[in-house]
Amino acid sequence: MSRKKLYNVGALLTGLAITFKYMFKRKPTIQYPSRKKKHAPRFHGLHELRRYGDGKERCIGCELCSSVCPANAITVIGAENSPGDRRSPGERYAARYEIDELRCIFCGMCEEACPTDAIVLTPRFEMSDYRRGSFIYSKDRLLVPPEAGVGLAPDDRPNGIPSDLGSVAETKSTVDTDEGYDATWRGTILKTQTKGLAG
Amino acid sequence: MNAWLSPQSSLWWAVLIKCGVLLFVVITSFAYAMLFERKIIGWMQLRPGPNRVGPWGLLQPLVDALKLILKEDLTPKTADPLIYRLAPFISLVTAFSVYAVIPFSEPGPGNVWAVGDVNAGILVILAITSIGVYGISLGGWASGSKYPLLGSVRSTAQMISYELAMAMSLIGVLILAGTTSLVGIVNSQAKLWFFIPQFVGFIIYVVTAVAETNRAPFDLVEADAELVGGFNTEYSGLRFGLFFIAEYINMLTVSCIATLLFLGGWNAVGGLTMIPGIGWFLLKVAFFMFVYIWLRATFPRIRYDRLMAFGWKVLLPVATLNLVITAFVVAVRG
Repeated sequence: MSRKKLYNVGALLTGLAITFKYMFKRKPTIQYPSRKKKHAPRFHGLHELRRYGDGKERCIGCELCSSVCPANAITVIGAENSPGDRRSPGERYAARYEIDELRCIFCGMCEEACPTDAIVLTPRFEMSDYRRGSFIYSKDRLLVPPEAGVGLAPDDRPNGIPSDLGSVAETKSTVDTDEGYDATWRGTILKTQTKGLAG
Repeated sequence: MNAWLSPQSSLWWAVLIKCGVLLFVVITSFAYAMLFERKIIGWMQLRPGPNRVGPWGLLQPLVDALKLILKEDLTPKTADPLIYRLAPFISLVTAFSVYAVIPFSEPGPGNVWAVGDVNAGILVILAITSIGVYGISLGGWASGSKYPLLGSVRSTAQMISYELAMAMSLIGVLILAGTTSLVGIVNSQAKLWFFIPQFVGFIIYVVTAVAETNRAPFDLVEADAELVGGFNTEYSGLRFGLFFIAEYINMLTVSCIATLLFLGGWNAVGGLTMIPGIGWFLLKVAFFMFVYIWLRATFPRIRYDRLMAFGWKVLLPVATLNLVITAFVVAVRG
């Protein structure tokens, strides 16, 4: 490098001007745990097993999700409904339904394969835990509780989606909401698909 | 005003009280200088800076200090135990002792805004800050590992190179003021601040001051990219903290000197005398601290050979020339 370039004071001043200007710019930081960015409309997150309007499980234990899963993350063991205690409207229901969320690649094939729209992907993404075993989600955590949004796809629920399991976190986005994230395409699709089904 | 506040006062407890207050003020300023730096650098890098502890991150310095105190104090097996443990204190004590002679505001009748008003204040400051280099050099050398050693070798070379140019740039001011007393120098700037007649000296002082305090872009002594942490690589816990405090206090010191010698000390800007002298002084020091942080946020670290070339082939000759011309003009005019 030539001496001329090394002692180029003009360039130094330009640099100082740039950093000074940046000091007053708007900061793009989102204060994460207290403020959250709005998820994309088709974001693939944690799974959920849905119910019909009468509280019955949608899953009929057909194992299509398990066989289509490219990561072999889903285990389904079906069982016959007993006449006295009907868990699902069909003949069979899932006695065990387990997803290994560490194996899952969140591709959404299970969602597409499911004939009753029982398994869906929610936008929940905060699944951190301390033990590997905790990532095997069984029915007790996958099945939506009867009182929470029965029959509705996650995107259509009035209170939105609880972003961490159990509690509804306030989701205030610093990102412009005018970007059209409100009309969720997947929600619309699910609505049209569920027309023929009860609930 | 109060007889015991007078510079000639030999009341030991008055001096002790002054020292106590000064120590508290300097340590607090260090803590908030650090927060100030992290905030400003954050903003310049489009980040909000620390904001989780307390409102606006104002308690961040407290928790930082707590963290450093609670950390383990390690001494490497190969280190020279005595010097290794002593080095941080050399840095810190010299950094603090400079404040004994810095006047913060206009001396009133019978009192002075300093622990001691020495008639050769600037020489005392230069002498004490030169000892501060020993802390870094010995600390790196006594660590007994390669990166600190490289850091301390660099520190020694850098200090020698830049201290020369720094002293040269200050002599110009001394010639104009005709005194080495800091109060006298500030008083002689009542009409015209010395950064205008001594503009070259001012620029050289600012550049060398950055190098003297090992701050970016002249932070070759620490150089976290190449030397891990330079002289302080092996230090941890509170001993690292002491070096850290010393660095920031040295920053404050050179800002104070620049304020006193070039920016008219406590002299008000544009006759705005409703702000007291101490306020002006602190504002000017804060301005210099901002410039420091601004430089760090903007410039990448200079290469070692260029640092040396710049110090010896540019700064020293220009400072000498500036000194000769100043002396000539002062001699001719009277």
